[in-house]
Amino acid sequence: MSQTLSNSTSSSPVSALSGPEASGLPVVPEWRRALNKFLGHRGLFIGSVILGVIVLAAIFAPWLAPHDPYVQNISQRMIPPIWHEKGTWEHILGTDKLGRDYLSRLLYGARISLTIGLTAALISGVIGTTLGVLAGYFGGRTDAVISYIITTRLALPVLLVALAMAALVGGSLEMVIILLGLLLWDRFAVVARSTTQQLRDAEFIASAKVLGASTSYILIRELLPNILSALIVVITLEMAHAILLEATLSFLGLGVQPPLPSWGLMVSEGKAYMFFQPWVIAIPGITLMILVLAINLVGDGLRDMNAPEGRN
Amino acid sequence: MPQYALELCDLSRHFQLKNGVFSAPTTLKAVDGVSLRIPPGETLGLVGESGCGKSTLAKMILGLLPPTDGSVLVNDQVISNGNRFALAKQLQPIFQDPYSSLNPRKTIRQIISLPLQLHKVGDKRSQQASVKQMSDLVGLPERLLDQYPGQLSGGQRQRVAIARALILKPSILVCDEPTSALDVSVQAQILNLLMDLKQELGLTYLFISHNLGVVEHLVDRVAVMYRGKLVEQGTREDIFRNAQHPYTQALLSSVLTPEPSLGLPELLDDSAWANAS
Ligand SMILES: Nc1ncnc2c1ncn2[C@@H]1O[C@H](COP(=O)(O)OP(=O)(O)O)[C@@H](O)[C@H]1O
Ligand SMILES: [Mg+2]
Repeated sequence: MSQTLSNSTSSSPVSALSGPEASGLPVVPEWRRALNKFLGHRGLFIGSVILGVIVLAAIFAPWLAPHDPYVQNISQRMIPPIWHEKGTWEHILGTDKLGRDYLSRLLYGARISLTIGLTAALISGVIGTTLGVLAGYFGGRTDAVISYIITTRLALPVLLVALAMAALVGGSLEMVIILLGLLLWDRFAVVARSTTQQLRDAEFIASAKVLGASTSYILIRELLPNILSALIVVITLEMAHAILLEATLSFLGLGVQPPLPSWGLMVSEGKAYMFFQPWVIAIPGITLMILVLAINLVGDGLRDMNAPEGRN
Repeated sequence: MPQYALELCDLSRHFQLKNGVFSAPTTLKAVDGVSLRIPPGETLGLVGESGCGKSTLAKMILGLLPPTDGSVLVNDQVISNGNRFALAKQLQPIFQDPYSSLNPRKTIRQIISLPLQLHKVGDKRSQQASVKQMSDLVGLPERLLDQYPGQLSGGQRQRVAIARALILKPSILVCDEPTSALDVSVQAQILNLLMDLKQELGLTYLFISHNLGVVEHLVDRVAVMYRGKLVEQGTREDIFRNAQHPYTQALLSSVLTPEPSLGLPELLDDSAWANAS
């Protein structure tokens, strides 16, 4: 952490010299500056590398996985991972209580976590951004009604509602995605509302109005691109949030149903063996932690990168 | 030729100010019964201290704020929601703050060509040609066209705003303090540009400023505004030589004009320096 800090402070005087004060002379192309900033930001770099590896593993799971993640083999139950003396190269991360290959299940599990994280964050992103932008732009009664909806949503304990709803409608991958998508939009709405309020009276918006641009043009083409950087940070936060909630729901048996290899479900299935075969729950648990950490690093990094440079 | 490029008839805008839950709202008369006429080709300076309602007036003229009372006529047409789109081709604004008047996420080229796209003037190629022509006209180097506003200086940004305002070939510009956010050295450049453009394109200006000194060299006539009302109107000579209203006199006396006849201040005299050392 201290290294990241010293790194960013040592690089800032350089960018201050070469960047904004150069009065419009094209010193460094835009993408070059972005690339330098990206490489200079250690957290963002590490986070994106880890996230990239997990995404690639998820995409190429069918090719990477040494075994079928669903095939059970009673004679090969609870084989420990390779670093134990009883481990075998046949099952690098061992097998679970039904003899299914743990590495293969982990790889396929990455697909579930990422799918849920991304789609739930996108659904809630669309809902929250729409509500927030409308409230912020129109103000008045629209704002009052939408703010009331946001407050109502904030008053709901997410986990409790998710549990109740999951218990009511039954768990499945699609249900978990829709449920989380419908629950996690509050931060999008709050951020979209306040950033829109800041920009509503900007003169470039007034200029577009005088030109006779339609309200939808103004909202989508003039306003939205300017609040997107703030929303991208929220997307990463809510992705991590959704992934953890899915794991929680699945752990409690109310989320993704067996035999799907969700990481939360794997932790849940391993909990009976926690004391004598701790790797059964350590492996999916640690992977989950690394994924959430990587997403948060990327989110923090994007926020730092989007911090305005000079007057903007 | 319309009789008046811009005509304001008894224009008013009141704001209801809520002073908390229990007290009754008070009414702020930001603009109160203003009537003005600007014939085509004339430059009218609207002056008054900060907060006297100048920007509120400009917003009503631009159709950004509905008037409480009265009407605005552009080239003899009453403005309404119905003809706002068409009127954009006749009347364009230049705003005060070039740091907020350009969308930071668009290139200069996109910003200047937006009016042409929205009004479907010409095809892609002719639009690009007009952008180039217009940036030449306002003295904007072509290499800046693919930059973002954040990479431009204040003066360059204001040139972009002027190019955007002129690209639909409007006949009237409403300039709300177009130079007060700029460095003093750049202010003169932008004012000269606006004057050159007026000559070249035969524009009508409503030029708003809180600074009489800025207005003095540009305008044909001056209207003085005080607390939402016009208190005095007249030709530039009338106002600057022979102001009638005490508020105008106060405003004039607050402007520091260098008087050559007074000579240099004592301190800068060579002998004074010599004596001191
Ligand atoms: N939307 C608004 N709501 C309430 N009061 C306003 C609003 N807009 C302007 N005012 C008030 O109207 C007065 C005139 O403002 P403005 O037209 O911006 O003055 P100027 O441009 O001459 O400095 C000010 O007292 C200002 O506080
Ligand atoms: Mg003003």
